[in-house]
Amino acid sequence: MTDQSTNSVAFVADGNIPQSPPPARETGAIKWVRANLFSSWMNGILTVAALLIIYKLLSDALPWIWNGVWTTSSLSECREVLQGKTGACFSVLSERWNQLLFGFKYPTDQYWRPTLAFVLLFVAAAPVLFFDLPRKLLAFTALYPFLAFWLIWGGTILAPIVALLGVAAAAYVFQTYGKASFAIGFFGAIAAAFAVWIIGGKLIPDGASDNALLQAVPSRDLGGFMLNMMLGVTCVSLSVPLGIALALGRQSNMPLIKWICVIFIEFVRGVPLITLLFVASVMLSYFFPPDSTVDLFLRVVIMITMFSAAYIAEVIRGGLAALPKGQYEAADSLGLDYAQAMRLIILPQALKISIPGIVNVAVGLFKDTTLVSVISMFDLVGMIRGPILASTEWSGVYWELLGAAAVLFFIVCYGISQYSQWLERRLATDHR
Amino acid sequence: MSTLTDPPKTAFRLSMLINDTRYRSLTFQALAFLALALSFVYLGNNLVENLRTAGLNINFGFLGDTAGYDISQRLVEYGNQDSHSRAALVGLLNTVLVAFLACITATVFGVIAGVLRLSNNWLVSKLMAFYVEIFRNIPVLIWIIIIFTVMTAVMPAPRAYRGDNATASMLLDAVAFTNRGVYIPMPFFENGLMPGQTLNWLVVLVVAVGSWFAARKINVWATAKQEESGVRPKTLPMVLGVWLVPFVIMMLIMGLAWEYPALKGFNFQGGIKIGGPLIALWFALSIYTGAFIAENVRAGIQAVSKGQTEAAAALGLRPGKVMNLVVLPQALRIIIPPLISQYLNITKNSSLAIAVGYADITATLGGITLNQTGRAIECVLLLMAFYLTASLLISAVMNVYNASVKLKER
Amino acid sequence: MKKSVFFGAMTVAGLAAGAAAAATLDDVKSRGKLNCGVSTGLTGFSAPDANGEWQGFDVAVCRAVAAAVLGDASAVEFVPTTGKTRFTALASGEIDMLARNTTWTFSRDVDLKFDFVGVNYYDGQGFMVPKELGVTSAKELDGATVCIQTGTTTELNLADFFRVNNISYEPVPIETNAEAQQQYLAGSCDVYTTDASGLAATRATFDAPDAHVLLPEIISKEPLGPLVRHGDNGWGDVVRWTMNALVAAEELGITSANLAEMAAGTNNPEINRLLGSEGTLGEMLGLDADFGAKAIAAGGNYGEVFAKNIGEDTPIGLARGLNALWTEGGLQYAPPFR
Repeated sequence: MTDQSTNSVAFVADGNIPQSPPPARETGAIKWVRANLFSSWMNGILTVAALLIIYKLLSDALPWIWNGVWTTSSLSECREVLQGKTGACFSVLSERWNQLLFGFKYPTDQYWRPTLAFVLLFVAAAPVLFFDLPRKLLAFTALYPFLAFWLIWGGTILAPIVALLGVAAAAYVFQTYGKASFAIGFFGAIAAAFAVWIIGGKLIPDGASDNALLQAVPSRDLGGFMLNMMLGVTCVSLSVPLGIALALGRQSNMPLIKWICVIFIEFVRGVPLITLLFVASVMLSYFFPPDSTVDLFLRVVIMITMFSAAYIAEVIRGGLAALPKGQYEAADSLGLDYAQAMRLIILPQALKISIPGIVNVAVGLFKDTTLVSVISMFDLVGMIRGPILASTEWSGVYWELLGAAAVLFFIVCYGISQYSQWLERRLATDHR
Repeated sequence: MSTLTDPPKTAFRLSMLINDTRYRSLTFQALAFLALALSFVYLGNNLVENLRTAGLNINFGFLGDTAGYDISQRLVEYGNQDSHSRAALVGLLNTVLVAFLACITATVFGVIAGVLRLSNNWLVSKLMAFYVEIFRNIPVLIWIIIIFTVMTAVMPAPRAYRGDNATASMLLDAVAFTNRGVYIPMPFFENGLMPGQTLNWLVVLVVAVGSWFAARKINVWATAKQEESGVRPKTLPMVLGVWLVPFVIMMLIMGLAWEYPALKGFNFQGGIKIGGPLIALWFALSIYTGAFIAENVRAGIQAVSKGQTEAAAALGLRPGKVMNLVVLPQALRIIIPPLISQYLNITKNSSLAIAVGYADITATLGGITLNQTGRAIECVLLLMAFYLTASLLISAVMNVYNASVKLKER
Repeated sequence: MKKSVFFGAMTVAGLAAGAAAAATLDDVKSRGKLNCGVSTGLTGFSAPDANGEWQGFDVAVCRAVAAAVLGDASAVEFVPTTGKTRFTALASGEIDMLARNTTWTFSRDVDLKFDFVGVNYYDGQGFMVPKELGVTSAKELDGATVCIQTGTTTELNLADFFRVNNISYEPVPIETNAEAQQQYLAGSCDVYTTDASGLAATRATFDAPDAHVLLPEIISKEPLGPLVRHGDNGWGDVVRWTMNALVAAEELGITSANLAEMAAGTNNPEINRLLGSEGTLGEMLGLDADFGAKAIAAGGNYGEVFAKNIGEDTPIGLARGLNALWTEGGLQYAPPFR
């Protein structure tokens, strides 16, 4: 029996089998590929199709970029260097880079001014964009428009100072009288600002700009990507307050004000920006006083600001509508008047909800600034379609220039939209 | 005591206009009206004064004058001896055409990209994210120019089709892709009712409508049968028959034939031509707006709570049916309002046609007509009036639709 | 003369500049700058060079006027205009004169209330085709696709030409020269049409200019010239006689080389009157006596301006043709300075 028993027990485990690795198809890269790329028939086909598309794009683009020529001075020279190979003539970018950024008329030795203004823009925008920064930095933000104006346009420093004094006077009047009655403070502030501007404007001597510290640059000489940035930043920052006013007006229970706002918003949203720019370029000059003309830049700023204000107003209206009615009632029950209720209770919440929407409008508006090329302003696209492609050296270089424009816009717009997503996560207080 | 609760009956004082809520809104409205009226008077006065000094006037009479220029892309008859208003009409219809086509394809692109972006295929979803980001963050004007340039550079010119060693050939000997446009065969009827083809197409339309009604009847019948017996009778052969049989018979009687495009002289002649500028603008607008719609679709689908998907799966529906029957109908309610504004955007962005030489209303009325007559104010006013009307119409139609699919809450 | 639109600060900063309808000459003088409308970029006529300086044949007219009025050929603010914006810019006073290859037509002169002060270039609309098409005459273009640079009267002439010859075509109107050129080179049009001078300028920039031919037909008259607002005759005279001075200078053999010598006085009274050493012609215009000399000094006489910007030695290589002096069989003819 013992024999049998010893024989019958062929194997007795005297410990655990060492753990074997999971099957190859269930681990690491292979599992990931199976799960994410070939989980089903359909997915497999999609993956292969996607790979084909990627291969096609890369095989066309990479040699072109890789063989790119950066140092020739004209297209024909570039073609000689390439000798029929596929390759890009990026030399147009290196040669005309400054023109693409600043336009062709901005004085070459003054390029540091817009560059500095651009760098300072980040300093000025930082406290607005990131709430954690010390609030004192906002003082610089308030100064920035005047500083940037002086840096970019140059001329006498008195002009931005007078403008700043006007705003300061308005702020002072509002602080003093606004407490008693919002309306008196508000209209008083506007009157004070205009008084300072008009008196100050008269005081500035006529030739003040001639020997100023910074050489005066007429706004017609602005161009390139700088013009897109300036239009974008100016119009967005001007249209936010205007948009808030329009949105409040549209919600107002005063029928006349409400209807003015509704008609304005619907009218502006109903027509394409390009027709508004036509208005700026061919119609608006007829509406100014007979013996004066208003600079095209200013006319375009007016029209684009109106345009984006209407869109921002709709975004803010959405924010206002999203607030529970209880908030309005609570404000009323505290005995706050309209201005106080709006300023202290309603707007802070409504604006918070609207921020992603406002950022979207801002990105859209920034992209739309390229349309000014249609009305003979030399922004980035205007520079490409006009002077650069019309020049004898570079006529025929489309891809490199359009590609560069696309990349510049992509960097800025993608950056802003990433910021907006970060902000959305940051502001999502209700999930915490 | 009652005197204490009575409102104080004080005489009207001027300060009450600002301090008393009863009068304040009136004050503000009066002020606003005054400001508005004053600025209108001021601007109007300036306009009149400026026009007087320049010796100009505002006069829409130029619309009746001979336009004198030709338009190749047109939906209605137009020649260079027609009036400016006729040219504007051609442009208007072209705007409507490209906006309509682009709305449809943009929706298709957008829905596909939005759904695929949520796909569990890593590569595909990343590719779609790339598509969305790259198109959303670059101005549409740049896209239109790039796509137009790509199209003319990549597609063969008609002359590539010529000769014995042609570098390009027609698809199935029927469709020609050139950088001037796509030429497709045109169906026509050899022994139709009238020399003109319009009446024949009317017959086709009538037959199609008839078939549609019959097919619907069959469906209703099948549903009734299903509710009665629990088994749905096979309807596919019948539906196919109802559609195909009358159609084939009609085609045989009227003698359907195809006119094929053929290279003659400089261009392909015959067939239907879909012009290059139209294709470029159409494609650019659809793919650009498609990226925005994709985001709306994604947001809409993600907004449908996961419980819905799980419940549908628990009922034993397959993933495709879960999407079609449960998720999309609910997501649609969230998707449609932003979709309307995307359609409006397409209509407005179609005004960028001037960059590619497509004769939309901005290019005819706001372009060549304005250039030739110099009547800037009149042309721009008409242009704005048109876009305003179009926008209001689209939002009105879409709002009606929106109301009809809205969740009926009880 | 200056009037602030919003507030003084902006005026000083150059955002809002004054312009009066009544006396453009006084305005230009008080401003110290001439606002001159040019096209947004047409090589040879008006285009900014690599340094951002405007160069070209039309630009030279602006410079000559600035030199005559202000004594400084660089005191010009060039305002780029498109086909759409040019007339409004002039009518609204944004620019003082328009020198942007604009065709002198009846309706522009009469209906739009502008004064064409002369013709600085006699042009005509032509056609360019690739040589390989083997086309030798525009009448063989039946069924062709034609790229048009929109702008002057191009579309109208084209329609008339094809209608008169009873042949068909497909127009593709393109806004800018650069894009029209790209379309043409990619073979998306068979023919490119615009003013013959523009065609020559465009062909000059091609990779292989010899592979393209200009057809012999010139289908229209395109007298291109500077224009000013209707009703300000004093200013119109200034621009007109500045242009005439350039043509007369060529006729009389005054060049930028011998200008100084001639200005000192010669025995030809007409030269003396033109250059201001005799008579009071400048005064009559409200300018300095030597306005003619200054205008010529800006860029030379008409022939020199032509040769430097668009002449046969430039890449554009236009022959004088109709624009030769009347003494050499052309149409350029200056009325007498007396």
